Amino acid sequence: MENITKRFGNVVANDAVDFDASPGEIHCLLGENGAGKSTLMRILFGLCRADSGFIYVNGEPATISCPRDAIALGIGMVHQHFMLAERLTVAENIIAGSEPRRHGLLDYERARQKIAEVSQRYGLAVNPDAMVEEISVGQQQRVEILKALMRGARVLILDEPTAVLTPPEVDELFSVMRALRASGTTIIFITHKLKETMEISDRVTVLRDGRTVGVEKTSDATSDGLVEMMVGRSLPIHDDHRAPAQDIISLELKDVSVAGRKGSRARLSSVNLAVRRGEILGIAGVDGNGQLELEEVATGLRRPSQGKLIINGQDVTGFDTKRIRDKGVAYIPSDRLKRGMVSPFSLARNSVLGMQHSAHFSTRGVLQEDVVREHAESIVDLYDVRAESIDQPIGSLSGGNQQKLVVGRELTRPHSVVIAAQPTRGLDVGATHYIREQILASRNRGKAVLLISAELDEILELSDRIAVIYEGQIIDVRRAGQYTERELGLLMTGQRNGV
Amino acid sequence: MSGFADIVLNVNNLAATIRMATPIALAAMGGAFSERSGVVNIGIEGMMLTGAFCGVLGSYFTGSPWLGVLWAVAGGGLVGALLAVFAIRLKADHVVTGVGINILASGATTWLMQVIWKRKGASDLVSGLGTWSVPGLRDIPVLGTILGTHSPLVYISFMLIVLGWVLMFKTPLGLRMRMTGEHPEAADTVGINVHATQYFCVILSGCLAGLGGAYLSLAQLNWFSKDMSAGRGYMALAACIFGGWNPIGGLGASFLFSFTDAIQMRMQTAQIPLAVEIIQMIPYVLTILILAGAVVRSRPPAALGKHYESGHGKK
Repeated sequence: MENITKRFGNVVANDAVDFDASPGEIHCLLGENGAGKSTLMRILFGLCRADSGFIYVNGEPATISCPRDAIALGIGMVHQHFMLAERLTVAENIIAGSEPRRHGLLDYERARQKIAEVSQRYGLAVNPDAMVEEISVGQQQRVEILKALMRGARVLILDEPTAVLTPPEVDELFSVMRALRASGTTIIFITHKLKETMEISDRVTVLRDGRTVGVEKTSDATSDGLVEMMVGRSLPIHDDHRAPAQDIISLELKDVSVAGRKGSRARLSSVNLAVRRGEILGIAGVDGNGQLELEEVATGLRRPSQGKLIINGQDVTGFDTKRIRDKGVAYIPSDRLKRGMVSPFSLARNSVLGMQHSAHFSTRGVLQEDVVREHAESIVDLYDVRAESIDQPIGSLSGGNQQKLVVGRELTRPHSVVIAAQPTRGLDVGATHYIREQILASRNRGKAVLLISAELDEILELSDRIAVIYEGQIIDVRRAGQYTERELGLLMTGQRNGV
Repeated sequence: MSGFADIVLNVNNLAATIRMATPIALAAMGGAFSERSGVVNIGIEGMMLTGAFCGVLGSYFTGSPWLGVLWAVAGGGLVGALLAVFAIRLKADHVVTGVGINILASGATTWLMQVIWKRKGASDLVSGLGTWSVPGLRDIPVLGTILGTHSPLVYISFMLIVLGWVLMFKTPLGLRMRMTGEHPEAADTVGINVHATQYFCVILSGCLAGLGGAYLSLAQLNWFSKDMSAGRGYMALAACIFGGWNPIGGLGASFLFSFTDAIQMRMQTAQIPLAVEIIQMIPYVLTILILAGAVVRSRPPAALGKHYESGHGKK
């Protein structure tokens, strides 16, 4: 790809980008969110058109104006959000668009055979007759890869493929990728994760703000060098100056259960957790194992069917969220858009959400605009929120800046407990680093932090103690240094043996 | 036989059920095609009415009821194309467009009827399709009474419904339709033309509803009367949902609705000490109860009613 430029309105997503990948190589396309990685690959796959620039496939100039063209040229793409119809079978999803036929009818028999053949060759086991909605995310990804391979893909684009996978699934994916490379397939691996880049790729191209900032052989690259290219500066090491942890419990869940729907298993069962002042307790686990319920119980959004919630020694079970917040709970919700902010409202309004009633911000039921504005300005300053004005709707900011405002709002409230759920989900490296620093700073000031995150790296980087949640149960709690990453990965998938 | 058995299990009831179910099942199949591709089709009612009108018009001008049937299919398809342009190309809300089409069809057919035949209420008599009596089948006791003698459209419809089922579930085109209605972007990324598929389905839907309309005006009666579809298009839509967006399921649902209707009519003539109004309510109450139960369980195509715009369609 040569000199590719693509604009969306005033935003330049790709600015004269050059990119090349050779046969049989795993080529990493590295960059922060919004760096233009996905756009570049969408252009290659024909999902959008470049405003200018040229594409060459096997040395020949190519015109790719729709996915059909790309497929015909042997290009396949596995999207970050899977392109699978949930209520069709695996086989139907794989063959749709290039169906084997017999007498004008679908030939399922031949489809099954071909699928079995290709899946054996690369170790991609799937059940062709299962409904897509019934299989795991990891399996769905295999279906996507099969879909591309069955269409004769020689160039396979994987868009953030590891974001949805558990550590063992990532290992499996990597071995599939190596098998594909061995067979001569070119793999373009889009990611913002350095560790994976270093582990799997042969070469790496770094994009920043829509421009190519570097192309290197992975063996010649260093993590720090790549970060600097991605972010445009080097990231400081976290400040570890901290108040000593105290043996005073701030947040406690005692024997908490949350019943599931009728007939299904409990979402949480007999969870016991205690978070002390000046420590971060990390909850590690694969998404959907009760983290959301845990988050909701701890903040009063959901009343447990059994057990107690105790904050600073007081039983607050069944209190509504306002009263629990008033007990000193700061809450960074996992679903920022739904629970953390009101998109169409201004930054100023969002900066006092949940505190609008307090005497500080309103008098006799009327908001004191100047106090609110002053508060918003101070958060924007202190927490490095990049915005044009505090009057613009928060929805117009990038995810990272939205999250900084939410974090700023919560951490400037009087509080002793922080519930941080997926605090860096979907954020780029710079914002992630910043948010993590804030969480550490909060602990260093002696707050009790409950960190719920599906990002294992985040848990390992921040936590003092780590609890593993699996199918609604806390199956293990240890000091952070007492786990290897592999052990955690196994525990997260419920395998207690061999740990 | 007397009492309950006479009213419910009468063979004439079953023959009547088949007669009444045919147009609903055709339109229900139409609804299934449209909705499987992701386009909500409330306009079925209007397409049916247009079909009924065009059928009579065709028969009136050509003298041939069979050419009338073709006119009906074409007329329904044309209205289908109108819905398609609004719902797919212009991205109008599907339900609002469908309701608009129903009002348009009602007004246009009533007006044209007055212009052409100078009559209010009903058109002139035209030649209808008559009935077929299937040799062999008609002589079998009971079964012969139920199935032996019907309008030719009844037999044709049954065949079409089986063919429709094959098209939907056994052919590449059918798979593409279902993929489009479930996940248009996925369909697009495997090279399926989303909009073309939807146009095809919505126009086909109109053709089938038009054929159902022709049954009303050329098989049951031999003339067109004002608003003669009388809500059958909506019943067809209900049958389509109850039948799980499946032509054969829709046929089953149509049978059920029509069967209750047949019983209702029979009860009116039997000496039952119940107000006629109450008896007439029975099929509707039953429909509501069944649908209330069915809708809870049924899941429409995932992208039903949504608009799809591909990134590569425009610069």
